[in-house]
Amino acid sequence: MFDLLGVPPQVLFGQLLLGLINGSFYALLSLGLAVIFGMLNVINFAHGALYMIGAFVAWLLLTKLGLGYWWALGLSPLIVGLLGVALEKTMLSRLYKLDHLYGLLLTFGLALIMEGAFRHFYGVSGQPYPIPDALKGGQNLGFMFLPNYRGWVVVASLIVCFGTWFAIERTRLGAYLRAATENPVLVQAFGINVPVMITATYGFGVALAGLAGVLAAPIYQVSPLMGTNLIIVVFAVVVIGGMGSILGAIVTGLGLGLLEGLTKVFYPEASNIVVFVVMAIVLLIKPAGLFGRER
Amino acid sequence: MATQSKTANIKTADSQTTTIALRRPGQDSTRNAIILGIGLLIALAAPYVLYPVFVMKVLCFALFACAFNLLIGFAGLLSFGHAAFFGGAAYITAHSAKVWGLGPEVSILLGMGFSALLGLAFGALAIRRQGIYFAMITLALSQMVFFMALQLKFTGGEDGIQAVPRGHLFGVIDLNNSLSMYYFVLAVFLVGFAVVWRAVHSPFGQVLKAIRENEPRAVSLGYRTERYKLLAFVLSASLAGLAGGTKALVFQLASLTDVTWQMSGEVVLMTLLGGMGTLLGPVVGAAIVVTLESYLAATSMPVPVVIGAIFVVCVLVFRRGIVGELQARFGRR
Repeated sequence: MFDLLGVPPQVLFGQLLLGLINGSFYALLSLGLAVIFGMLNVINFAHGALYMIGAFVAWLLLTKLGLGYWWALGLSPLIVGLLGVALEKTMLSRLYKLDHLYGLLLTFGLALIMEGAFRHFYGVSGQPYPIPDALKGGQNLGFMFLPNYRGWVVVASLIVCFGTWFAIERTRLGAYLRAATENPVLVQAFGINVPVMITATYGFGVALAGLAGVLAAPIYQVSPLMGTNLIIVVFAVVVIGGMGSILGAIVTGLGLGLLEGLTKVFYPEASNIVVFVVMAIVLLIKPAGLFGRER
Repeated sequence: MATQSKTANIKTADSQTTTIALRRPGQDSTRNAIILGIGLLIALAAPYVLYPVFVMKVLCFALFACAFNLLIGFAGLLSFGHAAFFGGAAYITAHSAKVWGLGPEVSILLGMGFSALLGLAFGALAIRRQGIYFAMITLALSQMVFFMALQLKFTGGEDGIQAVPRGHLFGVIDLNNSLSMYYFVLAVFLVGFAVVWRAVHSPFGQVLKAIRENEPRAVSLGYRTERYKLLAFVLSASLAGLAGGTKALVFQLASLTDVTWQMSGEVVLMTLLGGMGTLLGPVVGAAIVVTLESYLAATSMPVPVVIGAIFVVCVLVFRRGIVGELQARFGRR
């Protein structure tokens, strides 16, 4: 067997794959955060909790209604998205005229409620969620073994990420959205219903979190705590990438996931903090973030 | 010509503010003195009525919230990572008292010094961004401290540092006596509160308020706002450390709970509930939240849900907080 930098290739590629999967989730979540922030100027602290709810809805659909993974993949984001629409309509929309910080505080409170409620009813231990039959097994790539499901997660999240990017940067609806981000009053004057667009944007961003939750369910266990620890890392990812660009959020998410995987191979003790260290360095060198612009 | 008249206008506006600001303390001083006097009496009598450890907990968190309020209330900076200073100082104080066998006052000062340095580092990074990014950066940095506390050897991982000796204050007063400990904690709190009061009512505090209201204008008036913000951050971090170190001695424990993001959120809630930007608000808020938590701990109600619900209600309909609301009602700023 050959070694790469003193590490067996199975270990190296195994961790890189794990990093790539983590990175896919970072990308999906930071993408949702960026889309929401662009339109609402709100940092959605509840994003992690909604990701957790996405996974839980999938688990509940399976255990209570017997609806499998593919159903969950469609229904769960829809339910989470509708929940988001309800939250935006009843609460968030009252805060737009105030300091942006109140949006953060409100969603923080919502995150505590959601997480606390699920913890109250389901405890802190994780619930297992089976891999769907069609994606069981794996491929031997020669240098490593690739489980089908993990490959699917990476491919699926890449498709969703680039689909979102395309929809926002290259379609007419996306053009409206970008215009409304720049100047909502003017866009409204052109006869576009901006409040509805804002609500839909929040629903969509949150649905992305729900989708990430379903994708994550078979890999990590479904647990009430799965969201929060993730969301803080995603915040760091967002600071590193800068909120300015959709593509930036995707690239930064994937890149940092890979970096985390590499750190696990060469210096495991630091794997938890490497993203935060990168954030500190980026703040020193380029405060606006790698892809950001100062606003 | 136009510029000149504008400058003149601004000057008038400023001098008006100054007159008002000068008049206010005179009117308010009696009322302030009465409120403070009553508060002090309550604080002095409290350990005879209530369980001393509980009141000490309230005082520690009140100081913590006052420190936090210095940033959000007077400089407009929302730090979501103050648990790092609170819990970090708790670890250092506990370690100094237990392993190095230092006295309580030295241990607390060491913890506070650690928080000040940490605050300097975090502050220097975080003030490079504004508003919402500031909150996210402080949150992320404090999460880094959490992971370090989880992994480093001296913090004891999940167990924390237990059985921390309270020791003898200045080598004389035995702090294992809960009344002595109480009055020591009260003294610490009063010193911290006085520092916040002094900072807010100094020219430095005025500049902070100017930055909060309109940072570009403060810059255009020639203030190097970064330095003011950094100084406020370090001051706030040190006071949070003072509170954390004291808490470690009160409970004889430094644990992971103190460095979690939930703790950072809790201090935000205390300040929000009591009233951001008011001096007494954080104290009131801390007293309510600590009381509520110890009450809820005895029931089967999930604490985070209740805390979260209060958060939501405060943000939606009660943004001035209790003290802020009272002040608005009785016509005081």
